[in-house]
Amino acid sequence: MVPRPGRVRRRSRETANVWTLELEPDGDGAEPGQFHMLYAMGVGEVPISVSGTSRDGGMVHTIRDAGAVSRALAGLRPGAGLGVRGPFGTGWPLAEAEGRDVVVMAGGIGLAPLRPVLRRLTGRGGKARRVALLYGARSPADLLYPRELDRWRARGAIVEVTVDHAVGGWDGKVGVVTALLGPGLFEPSRSLAMICGPEVMMRFSVAALMDLGMPAASIYVSLERNMKCAVGHCGHCQLGGTFVCRDGPVFRYDRAAPLLGVREL
Amino acid sequence: MLLDGLRDAGYGLIGPMRRDGAIVFDEIDGVADLPRGWTDEQEGGRYRLRERSDGAFFGFAHGPESLKRHLHVPHQELWRAERRDGGLDIVQVAPEAPRRAFIGARACDIHAVAIQDRVLTGGAYADPHYAARRRDVFIVAVNCGEPGGTCFCASMDAGPRATGGFDIALTELMDGGRHDLLLEPGSEAGRALLATLPAREASEADRKAAAAVTDTANRKMGRRLDAARAREMLSRVPEHPRWEEVADRCLSCGNCTQVCPTCFCTTEVDSSDLAVSTASRARQWDSCFTLDFSMLHGGPVRHSTRARYRQWMTHKLATWHEQFGTAGCVGCGRCITWCPVGIDITEETAAMTAREETP
Repeated sequence: MVPRPGRVRRRSRETANVWTLELEPDGDGAEPGQFHMLYAMGVGEVPISVSGTSRDGGMVHTIRDAGAVSRALAGLRPGAGLGVRGPFGTGWPLAEAEGRDVVVMAGGIGLAPLRPVLRRLTGRGGKARRVALLYGARSPADLLYPRELDRWRARGAIVEVTVDHAVGGWDGKVGVVTALLGPGLFEPSRSLAMICGPEVMMRFSVAALMDLGMPAASIYVSLERNMKCAVGHCGHCQLGGTFVCRDGPVFRYDRAAPLLGVREL
Repeated sequence: MLLDGLRDAGYGLIGPMRRDGAIVFDEIDGVADLPRGWTDEQEGGRYRLRERSDGAFFGFAHGPESLKRHLHVPHQELWRAERRDGGLDIVQVAPEAPRRAFIGARACDIHAVAIQDRVLTGGAYADPHYAARRRDVFIVAVNCGEPGGTCFCASMDAGPRATGGFDIALTELMDGGRHDLLLEPGSEAGRALLATLPAREASEADRKAAAAVTDTANRKMGRRLDAARAREMLSRVPEHPRWEEVADRCLSCGNCTQVCPTCFCTTEVDSSDLAVSTASRARQWDSCFTLDFSMLHGGPVRHSTRARYRQWMTHKLATWHEQFGTAGCVGCGRCITWCPVGIDITEETAAMTAREETP
């Protein structure tokens, strides 16, 4: 599959090493949870999940500069060209949110693929009974989308934030994201959870949700593996019998559980 | 005559030939290039050519190469990008579709092609480069009379007799001092070509002699593997102390994956001019035995040799079924022969099933 030429329309800085790129619209109809392979000229291609859609359909990606390719992508200025393939993979189960208590748990850059979910659920067409976002970041300076956190709160969502290291006058919560879970956030029999973050954070989050009575089949996680082709041909993203690019990245937890329970699988 | 007929029909010939102390699978001009009168001795970590006295054309098992090198090529340029008007111009590299005849493909390797077909063209996305190279292929199978010491195709239902996927199947008959080739068509193209050859009709005795060749090969198979038991065990027990033991011997070199006729994994690489005004993206064979293979921003997922060997073997014998409906192993035994330390997938599975431990 050959990338189509794309162009950066807007670039904004989120944190010290995270940038959001809005691309010129090109008819792409990616769903929340899906990802694109973004190509930086002469450097390479990496999977980046969709973190939003502009009013006229331009794809938005939030990129942490973590390696050569993501650094090159994060450095692209408005007007710069890049390659785009996709969208690929499975999306978040938004259709299942209707009438349910939705718990969104995010760690670090893991909030990026969940932002379109929160926008939809707190927007005019949102049909969830209740929406709660539990979000953890390393430090207050690493928090993504602070203005949107306030907006979701203003629209009735519960938004709880915690950080690992409190610096710079932070008077909020400190600790792991599971500490934000408590009774009253959701009714287990009519709940739905969507989780994205480091794998260890997701494992502990799932365990805590299940302790509170949420069934595994109501929990969705987004997994990450090395990807080259994104179409199930290169073999890199295999996790047990699955190809994360094709069968994921969003998995229902009852399917993901045996895959996450084995070290170095 | 057969080879001349194929060449006249416009096919380039790929067949076995002796080179660098091995039998390789490369372009041949004709019968004279075949490794006539040679055989191979194969054992764990050992491959030697030896002369044989009977002048057999196909009196060997196989070399390190299979059809994979010609259909799912080691290096394939995918597309080129160029900076233009501030943006990128991206152009696909046109797939090549050479018309080629493969001479002397064994049943195991033909099964491997069918497996790669399912991987690369059987899903929602068909790989255009593989599909193009695959399209105009003529396969002359050889029913195997000389399995190697590391062969176990019979255990994987992939040989020694070719049962499909060929245009012509050939059995070399040397019983009672004769030297005949029994040719059987497997497709319309094969039937048409056979009709042009000045061959006599095969007798019942010829057919019996041909069946005896593969029956003998079946008995001489160097290795066995209980595929059903291995699959069941690997699906159920991800942790086993045997992984540690094999990891102590495994060099994680990836030889097994390079000689495997079904291993399909690739990575992608970029090259550009110094000004990065033009760039080219290519894919090349990769191996799940490298650390880079599972690299994420935090480091590799499979950082131990134990985990990488487990991934490879579990994929071949168990998870491949979930993905593509068959095993990913055809029992050719190349991974055993070409392993520098002679690690043997049949021995490892037998040891694991014999000494199964649940964590």
